[in-house]
Amino acid sequence: MKFSGFRVFAEALKGHTGWRPLWRNPDPKPSYDYVIVGGGGHGLATAYYLATKFGLSRVAVLEKGWLGSGNVGRNTTIIRSNYLLAGNEPFYEFSMKLWEGLEQEFNFNAMVSQRGIINLFHTDAQRDVFRRRGNAMMLAGAGARLLGRADLRAMVPFLNYDNARFPIKGGLMQQRAGTARHDGVAWGYARGADNHGVDLIQNCEVTGFRVDRGKVRGVETSRGYIAADKVGVAVAGSSGRVMAMAGMRLPIESHVLQAFVTEGLKPTIPGVITFGAGHFYISQSDKGGLVFGGDIDGYNSYAQRGNLPVVEDVAEAGMALMPMLGRARLLRMWGGVVDMSMDGSPIIDRTHIEDLYFNGGWCYGGFKATPASGYAFAHLLATGAPHETARAYRFDRFARGHVIDERGAGAQPNLH
Amino acid sequence: MLIPHPSLGPRDAEEFTYLGDSRLLDRPDPNAPDAESAFCDYVFLRDNPAGVHRELWFHEQGDRSWLVVTRDTVTHQVLGAEMARDVALARKGSGA
Repeated sequence: MKFSGFRVFAEALKGHTGWRPLWRNPDPKPSYDYVIVGGGGHGLATAYYLATKFGLSRVAVLEKGWLGSGNVGRNTTIIRSNYLLAGNEPFYEFSMKLWEGLEQEFNFNAMVSQRGIINLFHTDAQRDVFRRRGNAMMLAGAGARLLGRADLRAMVPFLNYDNARFPIKGGLMQQRAGTARHDGVAWGYARGADNHGVDLIQNCEVTGFRVDRGKVRGVETSRGYIAADKVGVAVAGSSGRVMAMAGMRLPIESHVLQAFVTEGLKPTIPGVITFGAGHFYISQSDKGGLVFGGDIDGYNSYAQRGNLPVVEDVAEAGMALMPMLGRARLLRMWGGVVDMSMDGSPIIDRTHIEDLYFNGGWCYGGFKATPASGYAFAHLLATGAPHETARAYRFDRFARGHVIDERGAGAQPNLH
Repeated sequence: MLIPHPSLGPRDAEEFTYLGDSRLLDRPDPNAPDAESAFCDYVFLRDNPAGVHRELWFHEQGDRSWLVVTRDTVTHQVLGAEMARDVALARKGSGA
């Protein structure tokens, strides 16, 4: 079933009786060539690219709950490729390019909207740092533009430019960044994978790995044993729990990140804006709600909810940046469990168990990486070699001293 | 979250900063032959359990003591707190 304008028109004439579920709901088969653990954005994207780019069949995605029930449905939907370090920037730019062609490719409206991101700076030193990052972005082909106060006032006049402590000196803009509909991304990948023969198996919790002479043979699940030639784990948030079943300790702590949305308002904020003097980012959804968030709570957590001190902190940062925010009523707030890695960067790598692969450690930036993460993980699973943009995301980078630490905070996950 | 400080009573978690797993008290022996890999594990790897977790909190806005807090990472329930100094000395005394 292909979506098109004509199809919508034809269905309107038939009273919308011809629409069908977007994917099957199959029972697990006894064995597969590839089993992906985790039916979130990254797992579904991995299965999609395994089937479409690498031509593989006999692929299954195992999901404990329902598809897209984890962080892909809980994030603040920002897509961007404005990184500094050589290990990161080409990867995120690869992701940005995939975002740009994604909807045409999988024939689904993911509402990718390249409305731009502006990272504000508040000191001369911060301007220098942002200029350097902008240069790194341009080297990777991501594009960047340094904005002065006059440029900003024309684009976003409602900010508090002359805050006594944090006057806005300018901003670094990536015009190609923006937002996407997070659930739509999961559904688009799920539908695309299903159309190419991938079995998406829901309510199927992995309870163990069967390993024989150092090679993975399959997974034990709540719906029985499933044999697999290769197993890829993409369960960010629960990476520690799942990989502990394979006897691994990870360079990851699980933390809770909160997000917020206000009542629907008329179009107010043109793109994504981030505060440079605190941790705060805000955008406006197509429905009109202001979507914003800030820091993680800062202690290990598997609860999908946070505590009030961070709510206060986020609200304070928001009020410092754009005082009009105080007039909007908060509709909802929620939390998601994120993999905070030891250097703030992800891992896409093989493990010490043959044919068991791991994808995780996305900190609070996994959503923007969804297409490239899926592509790179599929590449690793299918070819045994890392994708050229994901070569730095190895487990052994910590032991070798090749950490990718954008923040420069060291091995302290709650500071990244 | 309220943290039951052994000498100050219940204190708001906001007064504290968080370091992580209390296994960080067990610094490896730098003179051991496997010190390099032991320190790599010590610095970078974590158990990261879902459930009861013993972790280091620093009472930065209070008496500046280090505590070992026992807390459930699934419910955020704080189950107890001890002075980290006492925990470390007890481990040293037992030869562990």
